Amino acid sequence: MNWQWFHRLGSPRWFYQKTGAWLPWLALASVVLLSVGSVWGLGFVYEHGQQGNSYRIIYIHVPAALLALAGYYVMAISGAIGLIWRMKLSFAVMRAAASIGAVLSFICLVTGSLWGKPTWGTYWEWEARMTSMLILLFLYIGVIALSHAASREQSADKASALLALVGTVNIPIIYWSVNWWNSLHQRATLRVIEESRIDPVMFYPLLIMIIGFYCMYAWTLLTHTRTLLLKREMRTKWAQDELLGGR
Amino acid sequence: MSSVDVQKPVSGVRSALGFMALFRIEMLLALRKRADITNPLLFFVTVLALLPLGVGPEPELLAKMAPGMIWVMALLANMLSQESLFRGDFEDGTLEQLTLLPQPLYFAILAKSLVHWIATGLPLALLSPLLALMLNLPVDGYLCLLVSLLLGTASLSLIGAIGAALTVALRRPGLLLALIVMPLYVPVLIFGTGAVQAAIDGYAYSTQLAFLAALLATAAALAPLAAAGAIRISLDN
Repeated sequence: MNWQWFHRLGSPRWFYQKTGAWLPWLALASVVLLSVGSVWGLGFVYEHGQQGNSYRIIYIHVPAALLALAGYYVMAISGAIGLIWRMKLSFAVMRAAASIGAVLSFICLVTGSLWGKPTWGTYWEWEARMTSMLILLFLYIGVIALSHAASREQSADKASALLALVGTVNIPIIYWSVNWWNSLHQRATLRVIEESRIDPVMFYPLLIMIIGFYCMYAWTLLTHTRTLLLKREMRTKWAQDELLGGR
Repeated sequence: MSSVDVQKPVSGVRSALGFMALFRIEMLLALRKRADITNPLLFFVTVLALLPLGVGPEPELLAKMAPGMIWVMALLANMLSQESLFRGDFEDGTLEQLTLLPQPLYFAILAKSLVHWIATGLPLALLSPLLALMLNLPVDGYLCLLVSLLLGTASLSLIGAIGAALTVALRRPGLLLALIVMPLYVPVLIFGTGAVQAAIDGYAYSTQLAFLAALLATAAALAPLAAAGAIRISLDN
């Protein structure tokens, strides 16, 4: 098998120049999908029988939640690749994924609590999924804080990659224990929404939003990574050429 | 994680002997620096004494909060004492020597974590019935509180070692260490308080204790490995 592409991937320059061409397409796809999905979902789908209009927040909440979770694995896996193959590039991806993931889990928490106000009557309910998401946000913040702490960038990279891996082992345990804890403290009046069969009419815009969020995630991840790479490779010739346009 | 042990493999017997020797040294050091043992305990007692001053001295209210408060304070006391776990060895170069031993670093960290638990978790657990008495915890919860703290603080010592190893090279790790370690403590807290609550309510609590023991077994197997990797990274700094 030809591994040349894999070794090339380790070169920040190759990555920077290759991904530059993808950015406009990803940007276009995410803008189109997100606008179609949100206009369709927020404006045209009929109201929910019990929840009225407030359910429409799922069109932002659910994609953000999915990506906040998936983003943790993006971060941890790229950190692991960096630790194993000593790739500069994957550490940049890890750092980018950490900050984007933290923002997404924050969005998920905010939209969740906005939905909670009309549905449960409180902005914050210590419910299993919201609590787990809060802990996920703390895990992200820990990785980000550690990546800014060490004086040498390389050791900060490795340390935060290791922490991300430790978090990966812990996430299933945390989720499971929070669920168990929640089953003890569940109150009779508040029912967590059951995973009821979602109507296709409501589902299609959600699907479009999810794909749109994935495109947007890829777009911001690439942009963020490229900026980090330029900053780190400031002293090399290719980065100066890119920035100054070959002057 | 960076430089994998390439020395010739060491037999199990020699690893065990190395572990015993390190354990003895660490125990001696811990016994000579008594402040490291007493300070977390004093912190634990002082902060818990503030609780009735904050929420009021009603016995029913205190009894309701006691399991959670005792466990949260145990978490904090454990975390605050983690900062010094590798600090002295890092500053005088002992930590580097430990990585050069023919024995895997795993055993050195296991020995250090064990001593850390003996110095903080064990006295804290033994002291807990006294605090439970002061906070008006129902008598049914005493034994469970003691056992759950014994099991749980051992996990905390092991997990906290990862955070201590990651931050040992930083000048002032204090709050960063808390940010890193606290989310990882969540399952221990949940099962610890869950066990005590079940005991107070008169239910069987062996399930929760079994989970605490399972967490301890997992932590003992994996946490020193992660901490060993973290120490190698910190020494590169």
